[in-house]
Amino acid sequence: MIASLNARALLLSAVLLAVLLGIWEAASPQQKLGSELTEYEILMGGAEPKAAVPPPSAVFVKAWEELSNPFYDAGPNDKGIGIQIGYSLYRVLSGYFLAAAIAIPAGFLIGMSPLMYRALDPFIQILRPISPLAWMPLALFVIQDSQASAIFVIFICSIWPMLINTAFGVAGVRKDWVNVARTHELGTLKTAWIVILPAAAPTILTGMRISIGIAWLVIVAAEMLVGGTGIGYYVWNEWNNLDLTSVVFSILMIGLVGMLLDTAFAYCARLVQYQE
Amino acid sequence: MPTPFLSVQGLSKRFPGPKGSDPLTVFENVNLGIEKGEFVCIIGHSGCGKSTILNILAGLDEPTDGAVIMNGKEVSGPSLDRGIVFQNYSLLPWLSALKNVTFAVQARHRNWTKKQVHDHSIKYLEMVGLTGGAELRKPSQLSGGMRQRVSIARAFAIQPELLLLDEPFGALDALTRGSIQDELIRIWAGSDQTVFMITHDVDEAILLADRILLMTNGPYARVAESVQVDIERPRVRADIIHHPDYYDIRNHLVEFLAKRSRELAGKRDEDGVSEPNVIRFGLNGPVANKSNKGAEEPPARARVVNGAD
Repeated sequence: MIASLNARALLLSAVLLAVLLGIWEAASPQQKLGSELTEYEILMGGAEPKAAVPPPSAVFVKAWEELSNPFYDAGPNDKGIGIQIGYSLYRVLSGYFLAAAIAIPAGFLIGMSPLMYRALDPFIQILRPISPLAWMPLALFVIQDSQASAIFVIFICSIWPMLINTAFGVAGVRKDWVNVARTHELGTLKTAWIVILPAAAPTILTGMRISIGIAWLVIVAAEMLVGGTGIGYYVWNEWNNLDLTSVVFSILMIGLVGMLLDTAFAYCARLVQYQE
Repeated sequence: MPTPFLSVQGLSKRFPGPKGSDPLTVFENVNLGIEKGEFVCIIGHSGCGKSTILNILAGLDEPTDGAVIMNGKEVSGPSLDRGIVFQNYSLLPWLSALKNVTFAVQARHRNWTKKQVHDHSIKYLEMVGLTGGAELRKPSQLSGGMRQRVSIARAFAIQPELLLLDEPFGALDALTRGSIQDELIRIWAGSDQTVFMITHDVDEAILLADRILLMTNGPYARVAESVQVDIERPRVRADIIHHPDYYDIRNHLVEFLAKRSRELAGKRDEDGVSEPNVIRFGLNGPVANKSNKGAEEPPARARVVNGAD
C-alpha cells in the first residue's frame, strides 16, 4: 500500500494512541464490584485499598460529562470547564496583548537605535530571567487585586520574548531594504511601516508565538496561587477534592487549548512569512 | 568652462586602518563630470572603489574628502532625484512586482491618485515586458532576469535626474543579460535620462555608453582615462561589432584592464591634477596629443585629447 506520508503518520499516531491507552487501561486496578466488598469496605463507603490514577475509560466518561455541558455555573466551587477555560483565556489574552502593546513599539525603538539598545540591555538582562511567579507577592501588594495580579504576571512573562525578538528582527533588517527606503525619501515612520515592519514581521511573530506559549504555561501556576476561577484553579481544586479523573481531564484540556493557541499563532506567522 | 550637470570634485575615500597604521585610501582626488543625458560606464577591477563612488553619488555613503555637485547643488543624503538599480535587485520580497513599483511611484508623486500611480507603474512594467500576470507575482516567484527588470522599471518609473546602475547585469546569464541590455538601451533612448553605470563587461560598456571611465587598481585608485565611444546610435549588438572603431575601443579597454590598470595603480598624482585623459577613436588615424602622465603611450589609432574637447 502506497499512502502519502501524512496518511501513514496519522495511522501510526492512531496506533500509538491505542497502544498507550491500552497499557494505561490495563495498568489501572479494577474497582471491585459491590458484591465483592467485605463488610469493612462497605462500612468504609467502598473505599479503594489504594488510590490510583483513573483509567482512560473513566477520563472519557468524565470528559463526555463535562464537555456536554461546559458552561454550567453551580456556585463558586462548581463551574463548567468552559467557564474555567474562559477565565484563563481572558487573563492570558489581556496580559498578553498589554505586553504586546508595549513590547513591539519598545522593540522597534531598541532595534532601530543602537543607543537605546545599549542603554536598555542591562535592564532586560536582569529582568528577563526572573520567574514570573516571583513577581506575584509584589504584584498582590501593589495592585491589591488578585485578578489583576494574575494578569500582571502574564504581562511580565510574555513581554520579554516579544521585546527581544522585535528588537532582533528590526535590527537585522537587510541594509539593502533600508537603503531602498532611504533612496525613496521615506520618512522614519513610513520606513518603519513600509519596510521594517514587514521585513521583521516573521521574527516578531516568532517572539509572539513563544510568548503565548509561556503565558499559557504560567497562567496555570498563577491561578493555583490566586484561586477563585480559571483552569489552574480548577486543577488544584479537583486535587483538593481528590477527584483525580477531573485532574487528568483538565490536564488534557490545558494541553488542547495550548495547542490551539500555538496553531493560531503559527497560522498568523505563515501570513507574514516571505521568501527572499 | 561651464560646470557639467554632475560634477565630482576631488573625491577621496579613506577607511581607518588597523590601530596605529595609516588609513587605507581606496581612491583619491577623483574628478569627473557628466553631462545631462549622457550614458557613462565605469570599469575597473574589484576593490578600486567603483561601488563606493556610486554610493557616494547616491548619497548612501559619505566621501572622506571632496564633493559631488548635481545641478548646482551639493549631494548630501539620498534623494528621489537619483535612482539606483543594485546588482542584487533590492526588491522588497513581501510585495508583488507591481507593488514594488507603485510604492516608489507613490513616494515620488505623493499627490497622485491610486489610479494614476497604478497606470504609471504598469506603463513602466510593460516597457520591461512584465505583463500578463507576471507583475502580480512576488520577487521570489520571478527569475533573476525578471527581478532585475522590475528593479529597472522601478528606477525609471520615478524618473530620476540621474540613474545609477551598480553592475545591474552581473548576476545574470549571458542571454538574459543581452536581452535586458537591449531593453535598457531602448528605454534610455526614449528618455533624456543621465546614466552612470558600473560594469565589468567591456562589450556591455561599448554597447551602452557614450563614454567609458577607466579606473586604476586600488589603493589610491583614480579615474585614469575617459574613452569616448562615438559609434552612432541606435546601436545593435550584431552590427556594432562590424564598426571600424569597435575593436580598437575594445582592445584599448581590455589592454587597460589587463595591464595598465595595474601599472598605474598606487601612483599618486604628484601635481594633484587628476582629470582623466580623454581618449577618442576615429577613422582619421592615431593622434596622441599628450602622453599619459608617467605611463606608456596609448595604443595606436587612439587619440588622447586632454581636457574637454
